[in-house]
Amino acid sequence: MRRLTLLLGLALVAVLALLSLFIGAIPLDPRTLFSDPEAARLILISRLPRTLAAILSGGALAVTGQVMQILARNRFIEPVTAGAGQSAALGILLVTLFLPGAPIWAKMAIASLTTLVGSIGLLALIRPLPPTQPLLVPLVALVYGGIIGAVVTFVAYQGDMTQFIGTWLSGELSGVLRGRYEMLWIAGLAAAATWIIADRITLLGLGASTARSLGVNVARITALGVAAISVVTAMTVVTVGAIPFIGLVIPNLTARLLGDNLRRTLPVSALFGAALVLAADILGRVIRMPFEVPVSATVGVVGAALFLYLLYREPRHAA
Amino acid sequence: MISIRNVSHSIDHHPILHDVSLDIPRGGITALIGPNGAGKSTLLSLVARLAALTTGEISVDTLQIGKCKDRDLAKVLAIMPQSTQVSSRLTIRDLVGFGRYPWHQGHPGPEDREKVEETLTRFGLEPLAHRFLDEVSGGQKQRAFAAMAYAQSTPYLLLDEPLNNLDIAASRSLMRLLRDMAEEDGKTILIVLHDINYAAAFADRLVVMKEGRIAADGKPEKVVSAKLLYDVFGTDAPVCMMDERPVVLV
Ligand SMILES: Nc1ncnc2c1ncn2[C@@H]1O[C@H](COP(=O)(O)OP(=O)(O)OP(=O)(O)O)[C@@H](O)[C@H]1O
Ligand SMILES: [Mg+2]
Repeated sequence: MRRLTLLLGLALVAVLALLSLFIGAIPLDPRTLFSDPEAARLILISRLPRTLAAILSGGALAVTGQVMQILARNRFIEPVTAGAGQSAALGILLVTLFLPGAPIWAKMAIASLTTLVGSIGLLALIRPLPPTQPLLVPLVALVYGGIIGAVVTFVAYQGDMTQFIGTWLSGELSGVLRGRYEMLWIAGLAAAATWIIADRITLLGLGASTARSLGVNVARITALGVAAISVVTAMTVVTVGAIPFIGLVIPNLTARLLGDNLRRTLPVSALFGAALVLAADILGRVIRMPFEVPVSATVGVVGAALFLYLLYREPRHAA
Repeated sequence: MISIRNVSHSIDHHPILHDVSLDIPRGGITALIGPNGAGKSTLLSLVARLAALTTGEISVDTLQIGKCKDRDLAKVLAIMPQSTQVSSRLTIRDLVGFGRYPWHQGHPGPEDREKVEETLTRFGLEPLAHRFLDEVSGGQKQRAFAAMAYAQSTPYLLLDEPLNNLDIAASRSLMRLLRDMAEEDGKTILIVLHDINYAAAFADRLVVMKEGRIAADGKPEKVVSAKLLYDVFGTDAPVCMMDERPVVLV
């Protein structure tokens, strides 16, 4: 089953990546790729970065969504809409306002830091909620994310920067060019690093005491998990904008298919996440050609449909 | 040896344990009994360093609770907690496999896999091994958690009410399994039980707790009496002897 889903994911990503290279407002013919220098240029400067951006952000968001769901012990939560995404936007907004001359790495570091604070705030907020009421967690997260989002809008309004916040709060891949997406590799690396602690995160899912009685350093693993979540969220929000639903739907899908043993499921989640963003981006390009629908919108529609399907299909377990 | 010295414990300024001292030498089954709220689970979680020890001292062999590393203790002592409410979708084989974590730190070798298979067989879980935890019955889940603690291969095993949800056959076979472990593998087992008949039948020693204190301690036939049931539990159930073993008539 796992090998099958892994192969399916790989095949999906490969096919969609190829499509993503050749579909767009400017038509490309794979046969002229090597004879036509313009075509090669277009691929290298725009289409390839865009495809890579979709794969990296989709994969990383799915992985950290899964980690978040284990840390929060709740399946209805994802970092991007639960305050982490808004905190990243707040961070980059504040840097742009007050330290406009800061080097790009400093801006990214500050955005990651505000995201970290936002994520820790969320986890602290939902900790006392009763596990018997699983829907309280996403509700609180929604309100929390909404409040930070409102602060972002307010600050942007005051600073006369409202035209920017759209690019952070709603994800779009059409602006991705070579030289403008490379930060996403950091997101990819951070997500890949969670693979190293996948076993220990899985054990955290069995409860802090079980993890501890098996010798897991609960505080350290939680901190590493939150750090990975924050880096991924910050990098994606700042480079391509918030892409919702990936971190929610994909982990639920893989958990349903393969369970919660992250050592096995994280790679599958990464592939499915990449495939979903690729598919949504391609869809956004073809729906109203030559115009584009932002990927956050298409992902929202496809993801919501997928999630509803999963919800209604899933037998309701006591906990 | 587990040595508990003058341990007191409070939760939110409510005293739960009062100056408890207890030695559990290596080998054999010690059953901890007592009414609800007596402090049995609290004592177990203190020994397993799952609650912070504030007053008194606990050591397991040479390891001092509160000072030793979690990882070191994980190779010496395993605990199966009272409630195992888990929403993780893990297969029973994976769950039992995670019991090996202290030994392989995420990189299971052939001997870990062997141990997992042996555990599954021993606990009769082989036919269920591929099932997810949310797809088995409460008793089967309970057995899986007991198996996970066993797979940890520690000389000390703490079990908090492992017979919860188990039917009579499963209860007896688990208790017999524990006896085997104590006798053949030389394990030291500390088990919380509510059914005094099981405790008297399978344990070498009974420790009775009441209101955070140890009320009685000794061999089952010495400890179990109608008077004890009345004093500790406040119920007047008759006790008779069968095969030199006390039996509570309920
Ligand atoms: N988290 C907590 N907060 C406050 N009081 C607690 C907490 N946990 C336990 N207690 C109290 O500590 C006392 C001992 O609880 P403990 O769980 O150790 O009892 P027990 O002997 O295991 O009971 P049972 O047989 O019902 O499992 C009880 O009076 C209980 O109300
Ligand atoms: Mg208890």
